[in-house]
Amino acid sequence: MKTLREVKIGDTVKVLKLHGEGPVRRRIMDMGVTKGAEVYVRKVAPLGDPIEITVRGYELSIRKADAEMIEIE
Amino acid sequence: MSIKIALAGNPNSGKTTMFNELTGSAQYVGNWPGVTVEKKEGRLKGHRDVIIQDLPGIYSLSPYTLEEVVARSYLVGEKPDAIINIVDGTNIERNLYLTTQLIELGIPTVVAINMIDVVRRNGDAIDIEKLSRSLGCQVVETSALKGIGAAEAAERAIEAARAESSCRLPSVFNGSVEHAIAHIEESIEDMVPKCNLRWYAIKLFERDEKAAEELSLEQALLDHLDEHIKACEAEMDDDSESIIINQRYAYIAKVVSSCVKKSKRKKHSTSDKIDRVVTNRIMALPIFVAVMFVVYYISVTTVGSIVTDFTNDTLFGDWIIAPLGEWMGAIGVAPWLTGLVVDGIISGVGAVLGFVPQMLILFLMLSILEDVGYMARVAFIMDRIFRKFGLSGKSFIPMLIGSGCSVPGIMASRTIENERDRRMTIMTTSFIPCGAKMPIVALIAGALFGGAWWVAPSAYFIGVAAVIVSGIILKKTKYFSGKPTPFVMELPPYHVPSAGNVFRSTWERGWSFIKRAGTVILAASVFIWFTSSFGFVDGVFTMVEEMDSSVLAAAGSFIAPLFAPLGFGNWQSAVATVMGLLAKEEVVGVFGVLYGVSGDALHMVEEGLFEGLSPIAAHFTSLSAFTFLIFNLLCAPCFAAIGAISREMNSRKWTWYAIGYLTVFAYSVSLIVYQLGLLFSGGAFTVATAAACIVAAALLWLLLRKNPYDESTEIKVNLEVGANA
Repeated sequence: MKTLREVKIGDTVKVLKLHGEGPVRRRIMDMGVTKGAEVYVRKVAPLGDPIEITVRGYELSIRKADAEMIEIE
Repeated sequence: MSIKIALAGNPNSGKTTMFNELTGSAQYVGNWPGVTVEKKEGRLKGHRDVIIQDLPGIYSLSPYTLEEVVARSYLVGEKPDAIINIVDGTNIERNLYLTTQLIELGIPTVVAINMIDVVRRNGDAIDIEKLSRSLGCQVVETSALKGIGAAEAAERAIEAARAESSCRLPSVFNGSVEHAIAHIEESIEDMVPKCNLRWYAIKLFERDEKAAEELSLEQALLDHLDEHIKACEAEMDDDSESIIINQRYAYIAKVVSSCVKKSKRKKHSTSDKIDRVVTNRIMALPIFVAVMFVVYYISVTTVGSIVTDFTNDTLFGDWIIAPLGEWMGAIGVAPWLTGLVVDGIISGVGAVLGFVPQMLILFLMLSILEDVGYMARVAFIMDRIFRKFGLSGKSFIPMLIGSGCSVPGIMASRTIENERDRRMTIMTTSFIPCGAKMPIVALIAGALFGGAWWVAPSAYFIGVAAVIVSGIILKKTKYFSGKPTPFVMELPPYHVPSAGNVFRSTWERGWSFIKRAGTVILAASVFIWFTSSFGFVDGVFTMVEEMDSSVLAAAGSFIAPLFAPLGFGNWQSAVATVMGLLAKEEVVGVFGVLYGVSGDALHMVEEGLFEGLSPIAAHFTSLSAFTFLIFNLLCAPCFAAIGAISREMNSRKWTWYAIGYLTVFAYSVSLIVYQLGLLFSGGAFTVATAAACIVAAALLWLLLRKNPYDESTEIKVNLEVGANA
C-alpha cells in the first residue's frame, strides 16, 4: 500500500482510500482530502514534519503520521 | 418582532470583517456558556430589531471539534431566523462543503460569496445565478474588506427570514445513499421538526452519536436503521461517514465546474512567492527567529517596558498614589482609610492597569501576525517540537512572551484554536521565569552564590524543564488525553492586514483582560493589603506599623512548618512567598523588611549591592536558598497572572486546578531537590528523605508510564464491547 507519507515533494497524486478512524480521519475528509481528490505535496516543514499539501485549490498542513492513513494510487 | 441572523463560515473566510461591517460598533463579546470559545453578537446597522450572531469559524458540522459542536447546537437548538453563510470565493470548493450542510438544517440561508474583489482580480468568474439555482438558495457577491454587498446580503437574509422561505434542498446525494436517507427520514418523521428532517436523517446515517442522543431513539429503531446503513455501506464498499463526505464533495465539484470559470493563466500568486521564502526549509527558522525577536523586542524589551514603567512608576506611583496619600494625610483622613484607598484599592487598580499598555502592544503584534497569516506558519514550523509534550506549535508564542511577563503570555494563548492545547498552555506558561522573578534570582545568585554565572540560566532551564515534564504528565491524564488532537490545519494565503480588524481585536482582548482579570486582581490585592497591615496588638485588632505583628505574619508562622521539608520553614519565607503573589519582585522587598536590611532590598539587588543583603543570606544555606528559588519560580504566579488564567480558562474549576497544579508541582520539585541534596551532602536519611524519594518515584512514574488513555487501549476496549454485544 502506498501512502501520502512516501510521496516526494513536488509530486501530485490521487487519493484512493482513507484508513484509520475517528476525529482525525473525519477532519482530513472534511478538509477535502477524499477519495479521488488530487493532492500536490508542496513542502516539508523545516524540522521535517508536518508536510504542506495543496488540495482543492488551497494549502493544508498535516502530520506525517496522519499522512500515513491516506492511501494513494 | 426581532430577527436573529447567524453568521456562519469557514475560518479565514473574512467572517470577522463581515461581522464588523454589518454591526459597526454595536457588539457584545463574551463566551459560549461553559467553554473558552468566544461568542460575539451585535445589532445590524440601521436595524434596531435585527441581531447578528457570529458563530465560531468552522469547516464542517461534525460532532468532533468544540467549535463545530457549539455552532451546531446553536443552529439546531436556538434556530436562528436566517443564516448568512460567508464563502471565501477564492477557495470556493472547500467552503461550499459547509454550505451544503447548513442548507440541510432547513433554516433560510443566504450565501455570501466573499472576497469577490480578489476572485475578479485573479481573472476568475462565478456565475451567481447558476450557483443560486444549483444550491437552491440566494447567493450574493460580497467583499467585506472593500465594503461591497454586505448590506445586500443582510437585506436578503431579513427578507428570507420574514418569508420563512426555507431553501429548496439541492440533490446532493444519489443512488442507494439517497434511498437510505429517505428511508431514515420516513422512520423519524414524527419525531423531529419538519425543517430539520433532512439534517437528522443524514446525521443518523453518519452514525452521529450526538444527533442520536438528542432524539433519544429507541434501540430497536436504531438497529433497524443500522441494517439499512450497513446495506448501503456494503454496496458502496465504504463507511457511511466517508460515503456522505465523498458524495458532498463530488456534488460540489460538479457545481463548481459549471458555475465557476477559472482563468487560464497559471498564476503564482504573491502569497505563494512569500510562502516559498518564509517556510523554506533553510530560511524558515532564521526568519522565524527574526520575527519572534521583533515581537519580543517591541512588546517586552523596548516599547512594552517603557509604557509599563511609565504607568506603574510615573502615572500611578508619582502622579496618583504619592500625592493622593499626602493629600489624604493632610486633610486628616484616618490612616486605615488612607491605607485602604492608596495601598489597597489604587495599588490594586494600578496592578491591573499597569499591564494594559504592554498588553495592547503585544496584542497589536499578535493581531497583525494572525491577520497576515503568519500565525498558522508558526504552528507549522514549531509543531514537531511542541506536540511531543502535548502542546501546540502555537504554544511557542505564549511561552516566549511569558519570559517577559506571564500575564500577556497567558493572554496570548488565545491564538491557539484547540481548547485542550490552550488549557495546557495556560497552565504551563507561568513556569517560564518572567521579568519580575529575576530580582529573586539575582538576590539568590548574588547574596548566596557569590554571583555564580549558572544560577540565572538554571532558572530558565528549570522553567523549560517544568513545562516539558508537565506537558508529558498532563498529556497522560484523563482530560488531556482521550481523543488525539488532529493537526490538520489550513495555511491561509498571506494578505495585508486590515487596520480595522487589527485594532478591534487588540482592543477587545485588552478590554476583556481589564474586565475579567481585573476583578480577581483587585480583590486579591485588597485582601493581601488587609492581612499585611492589620493584626492583634495586646489582644486588640488594629492597624499595625510593622508587618511582623500582622495577621499575615501570624498566618505565616502557622504555615511555615509546611515549608520546613523544603529547607525554609521560617515565617519570613512564608510571608515573602505569599507577598510574592502580589508581584514576584515583592519577595525581595519583603525579605529586606522582615530581616532588617537597611535600605530598599529590591533597589540594592538591582544595583548589585549584595554586601548589604547579608542579613537575608544569613538565614539560608546554599541548598535551602536554591530550593526557595525553585519554589518561587514554579509555584502559583502573581495575582495578575492568576487573573489572566481565570479570564482565559473561563471556569473557576479550571483556574483552581491550574493554580493547584503549579503549587503542588513546585512543592514536589523543591522537596526532592532539598532532601536529596541533603542526603548527598552527607545528611542522615530521615522521614522527609523517604517522602522525597516517594514523591520522586511518583513523578517518574507519572512521567514514564504508558499512557493509560492511549488509542490502542481505546480500540481494545471497543473490541471487548463489540465481543459482548
